[in-house]
This record gives sequence, C-alpha cells and structure tokens, in this order.
Amino acid sequence: MNRVLLDPDRESSVAVMKRLSYFSKERIHKPYIYIGSGTCGVIAGAAATHDAVRQYLAEHSIDAEVVRGGCMGLCQAEPVVDVQLPGKARLSFANITEEKVSQLLDDVLNHQIPEVEIIGQYDSKLHQLWDKIPLVGSHPFFARQDKVLLEHCGLIDPVSVEEYIARGGYWAFADTISRHTPIQVCKLLEESGLAGRGGGAFPVGKKWRITLEAVSEQKYFVCNAVESDPGSYMNRVIIESNPHRLIEALLISAYATGASKVFIFIRKEFRLAIERLKAALEGAYEYGLAGHHIFDSGANIDIVIKEGARAFVCGEETALNNSIEGKRAMPASKPPFPAEKGLWDRPTSVNNVETLFNIPSIVRYGAGWYQDKGTKNSKGTKLFTLSGKTRYYGTIEVPMGLTFREIIDQIAGGLNTGEPFKAIVLGINSGSYITPDTIDTPVDFDALRNIGSSLGSGAFVVVDATTCMVDMAKFFTAFFQKESCGKCIPCREGTARMLEIIDRVTRRPPGGDSLKPLERFKGVMQLKGLATVIKDTSLCQLGKSSPNAILNILKHFKPEFDMHIFERKCEANVCRDLRVFSIDVSQCTGCTACYKKCPVDAIIGSPRSPHFIIEEKCIGCGNCYEVCKFNAVTIT
Amino acid sequence: MKQDLEPIFLKFPNRLREDLIPMLQMIQDKFGYLSKDIIREVGFYLDISVNKIYGVATFYDNFRFGPVGRYHIRLCHGTACHVAGASTLLQELEMQLRIGSGETDKDGLFSLEVVSCIGACGLAPLIEVNQEYFTNLSHENIKNLISQFREKDRLSYES
Repeated sequence: MNRVLLDPDRESSVAVMKRLSYFSKERIHKPYIYIGSGTCGVIAGAAATHDAVRQYLAEHSIDAEVVRGGCMGLCQAEPVVDVQLPGKARLSFANITEEKVSQLLDDVLNHQIPEVEIIGQYDSKLHQLWDKIPLVGSHPFFARQDKVLLEHCGLIDPVSVEEYIARGGYWAFADTISRHTPIQVCKLLEESGLAGRGGGAFPVGKKWRITLEAVSEQKYFVCNAVESDPGSYMNRVIIESNPHRLIEALLISAYATGASKVFIFIRKEFRLAIERLKAALEGAYEYGLAGHHIFDSGANIDIVIKEGARAFVCGEETALNNSIEGKRAMPASKPPFPAEKGLWDRPTSVNNVETLFNIPSIVRYGAGWYQDKGTKNSKGTKLFTLSGKTRYYGTIEVPMGLTFREIIDQIAGGLNTGEPFKAIVLGINSGSYITPDTIDTPVDFDALRNIGSSLGSGAFVVVDATTCMVDMAKFFTAFFQKESCGKCIPCREGTARMLEIIDRVTRRPPGGDSLKPLERFKGVMQLKGLATVIKDTSLCQLGKSSPNAILNILKHFKPEFDMHIFERKCEANVCRDLRVFSIDVSQCTGCTACYKKCPVDAIIGSPRSPHFIIEEKCIGCGNCYEVCKFNAVTIT
Repeated sequence: MKQDLEPIFLKFPNRLREDLIPMLQMIQDKFGYLSKDIIREVGFYLDISVNKIYGVATFYDNFRFGPVGRYHIRLCHGTACHVAGASTLLQELEMQLRIGSGETDKDGLFSLEVVSCIGACGLAPLIEVNQEYFTNLSHENIKNLISQFREKDRLSYES
C-alpha cells in the first residue's frame, strides 16, 4: 500500500487501480452487508440489527462480509442496511430493525428485491444495475447535495486504512510530504479561499502561514472537535463515519505549519467517535503515516487525543488551549492570537473539524477546483444538520450559493406538520433566524451579513407556528448564561440580566401582574441597551454572541414579542405560565379535586357547587387541568 | 485510597499540570465521582493545591462530586429536542423523581443530568439511561417508564 501512496502515476496504471478496487470494496468476491452504525443508527437499533444479521448468516451457513459503518446522512432511515452482491450495484435499505432482517436477506441474497423500504441503488460503472430501482443520488434528499466532505460517509468501513487508501485516501498527504514544502501548502490553501467553518470564517491559509512563519523550536496544531452547539452534530457524524479523513487533514496541516504534535480536543461524550478515532490512529501509525520520520521526509508528527470535560466555552480557541493545559477553560484576550502564541506560548493553529475535512480534497484537486465551487466570496460547501419539522432530516452538504428555500423545499422535502413555515433557527453562535422574508437568501457569508445574520456552526432547525420564538430566545439566553465562564462582567452579569428580563416576559408572576404594560416596555428598551454593551465589551465570542438571539427576535418577531408583553398571550401555547385557565360551570361537579391540587390556592368553591379560578392568583401550572375528570377546566 | 489510585497515577509518570483533567476523568470513570479524599491524593501526586483542583473540576460539567443513582438519566436538551418539548419533559421528570437536574435522590435510585445534543434529533425527545436509549417520549409515557425502572429495581433487590 505504501508503494501505491508514493507513486504519483498510480491512477494511470490499470492493474493498480483494479487491485485497489478490491480494497475499496467496489469489487467484491462475496456478499457484503453494511450496517449504518453511527450514534443515530445505534439509537435507532443498529446494534440489534447487526446481531440479527450475524445470526442469520450463521444459521444459513452463508459466507458474507459484515461491516459496521458510518452514517449516510438520512437520519430517519436509520438503521440503514446496504447489501452488495458480487457483480451487482450496492443497494441501500431503510429502517431495517432486527425483525426485518430475515425478510431482507431471504430475498436479496437470492437476487430478489425485498418488500422493505428501499432508499435506492448506488450508481456504478463496474456493476450491473438492478431493474426499476432508483439511484440513491436521485433521491430528493441527496439530489441537490454536493458531497465532498461526506463523500465516503456511510459507504466505507470507518476504521480500515486499506479501504481509505484504496478510495484515494492519504494520497494527498503522501504527495504533500514527499513533493511539497510547507510554504507551498500554505500558499495552496490561501489560493483556494478556504475559510473556517466553526463560525469565525477566518482564512485558513493565512492562519497557517502565521504559525509557519513564527519562530519557535516547538509548534502545535489543534483540532477543535468540541461541537457544543445544541443543534449541530455534524462534526461527530463525520468523525464517526470517516476518521481517517480527519487524520489525513491533520497530518497535512501539521506539516504545513511546522507542528510536530497534534491535539485532537474532542468531547468525552462522543464515545463512538473517540473509539473509531483511536482505532484509525492505530492503523495510521502502523502504516507509518504518523509518528517519526514519515516516508523518509524527516518530518515527525505525533497525534494525541484529549477528551474535553464539557464546557461550551471550550469552543473558543484560547479557552480550548487553556483546557488542554489543564486549567479552567477561560478565554484570553487576543492579540496575541494562538497562531503566534498559543499552547504553552508556542505557535498553535486551531481549526474546526469541518474546516479540516476540506483539506485532503483541496490538496488533491487543487485550488482552482475549490475556487470553482460556491460563490464569489464563499467557496466550497457547507455542512448543515437539518432537524425540526421537515419531511427529511439529517446531515447534509450543500454548495455555497444554494438558497435556504431550496434547502427546505428540495432537500428537506418541505414541512411535514401541515402548519406554515415560521423560521429556520441557525446555530446558537449566530443567534440568527431565517424567516419567510429572507428565505431566498443564498448560503453565503456576505449575503447573510447583508441581512444582519450569520451562518453559525451549521445547525438548521426548522420551526412552525407551534414554536414560540420568545421561548426560543429564552432557551438560547439561558444556555449562554449557564455556559458563561464568568471571567468578564458584561457576559457574566449581562446574560443573567437578559435572562431575567425575558423570563419575566414569558411568565406571570404570582400575585398577579402588578406591572403595567409601560413598565414591561421599559424592560425591553433596557434590553436593547444592555445587549449593545454586552456585544461591545465582552472578552470573547461567547459573550459577544449571547445577545443575538434576543436582538433578532425583536427584529423579526416583534408582534409575537409584543403580544407576550402587552396582551400576556402566547399564541403557540408554549409559554405555560401565560395560559389562562378557567372552569366551565356547566361541566364542574364541585368534586374539589382541583381545589386540593392548586399550589397557590387560586381556586375557590364549596363542595358540590361549581368552582372558580382567580386569574390574578393563577400561575398556570396546569395541575387543575390534569386532575379534573370532568373536562371542566379550559385553557385559552 | 492511595493504593486504589496507584494504577492510574502510574499512567502519568511526568506529573504535569496538563495531566490533571485526563487523570480526573480516568478516576471518575473508575470510582464514579470525585470525593474529597481523592482530590487530596491527586493534589499530593501532581503538587497542585486542592482548591486549584476544585477550581478546575467544578468548571466543567462532566465532573461529579457525589455518586450517581442506580438509574442515571441523561435528558437531551438540544435545540431540536427543545422544539419537540424537552423542557416540558424535564419539568415532568423533576416532578416524578423529586430531584433537580444534577442531583441524585436520597435512595440512590435515580439521578438526573441534562445534556445537549445526543445526536438523535429525529427521535426527540429522548433520554439515555445507563447507556440505553428511550425515544419519542411524552409527558404521559415518561411516567410509565419511571414506574418500570422502580419496579425493575425493586425486583432486583428481592432476587
């Protein structure tokens, strides 16, 4: 395999490519059964499916290869099972829980199409296609995607070095380390226009050059696999499905910046991702791809996994570095930037997992290839984790320039609840919303800036009228308040004050609303001033982004916000404390059950006569509604 | 106590500051939580003051300073789960279990932890209990689930 890696003319040799196709599992000798076993697959039952498959094969004495793989992106199809028979195209089936395994294998191993849910067949020039089965690529979820980072996710054995190499993996790294200098790699990245995908969008080549040109006998490279945005999980998915690609990217990055030690800082909760990463690293070291004197180049690159103990603020690069050093993850002021002075004051470039996944393709196909993708100032593709009220959801990769409307209508298949579209909630670090007015905005850094939003990490939660946007802003603000590290006053105190104000808007205080609407309005004006101070004076990006959720609600959903303040009403019926409970006298039998359950004595009435709820005392807990056996309690 | 920690200490022969967090993680994986005695021993080994160690350990969410219940419930409260009703589920759980998030009940039966994004957004809302997942939960069926756990625990005591 090493000979293949170091041979620049490998693609022109038919014999070599044919041998590789056996390692890549494009050509097989016996049936190949692939069970999607990312975390989402496991939660949906993939472990039981795997056991059932093994049992079936043992009982029928069938010799077949079974692989526990990664995620193809269509989460609701999990557990996904792919079956490939020698000479025929690979088929992909959805929702194969353990009881469907016999039915599936009985038919497909006999060359019949089983009566289970089928996603499609993978197009192949080497194999015979099945009759009347659509191609996976033409499934609406996949048709508009541009799978560069997700190229092998859900197709390969995540841990196998051979399979990764056979599919073109580590070719970019081998070429880099044997034929290019670090400065050449930095220049290539600069020309490509790759910008960071964690939210900062800083040009990658420029950052690497700063580290490369800094003078130091020891340099480090850090992979930011913290991913704590509550709505995104794509970094976890791609590490579970293709850890070798991350390793290759890190090797190239370390070489380009002159770093001899790489830290992968990953959340400890990503158990499966860590397990696969460790196994893949072992394989990479065995092949001499990492470690000492790689491919006789004189370069030493050591890769170490560090498990994070969970704090959202670790996503900030200076806080992350402090965590690696064994301290509290508190951010530091910048400059100096970690690229010049990072871990233990040494030059350290820090990059996000998604950013890194772009590297092998850029190095292999060139800056021009990457420049051709995307828009004028936003090159390449973007990963999103689609969730919420859509027909299809999961991890997707779209070319920059695709509009949000196209993503919802064409990729996500529209909303599935019958309610109209209300908003797309983007990543928590952007706090932005895409509304029906802005839905034709393309996925592009500049276009989003023009509408006063930003892309964020890639979370993409689609909501409809049953979601209260004020509650959503409260959820985000509460998250920031909890995750604030406490170092600077604007963030530590500011988030707490913002949370208090918005909490009051969604609650009815016990004792009734003594505040008049004008007073509540004053609270909101204070909110705006407070938000400006927090944005301007916070030390790090966590603090600076914390007011966004509320500011954007005031911008896009003012009527809904006003209704909470002035009319004390939550139309989505989400803010429980704003619900008005009353007793229907025609139904009430005076059983006193509600009277006994009320925690604030807001119900009056004697036994056997209709009861009454005192609105001013009611806190909206709903106990009376739950306990009433006569449906006499109504909510408006 | 010190003898129990020796095998872990031996994995960190250089006694560096950067070994602190990995060491605490390994200790918690083995003993379930970080007690005062444990932290004192770690302090002696790494030559870091106890208050500094507490300063670091209390900063991060993963570290626990008391035991978890026999059924440790992790509720996902990511954005998609929130939209699917996770906050109502949390209130219901707190009421049913009579403990708040981050606490263990007095019988040592249940403990509750809120996490963000387990990664099964389509099956929201869900909980993870001792590495098993329970999905598509609601206000109603969570009550049954908790009763099932209580029953299972009672039976395991009687057998």
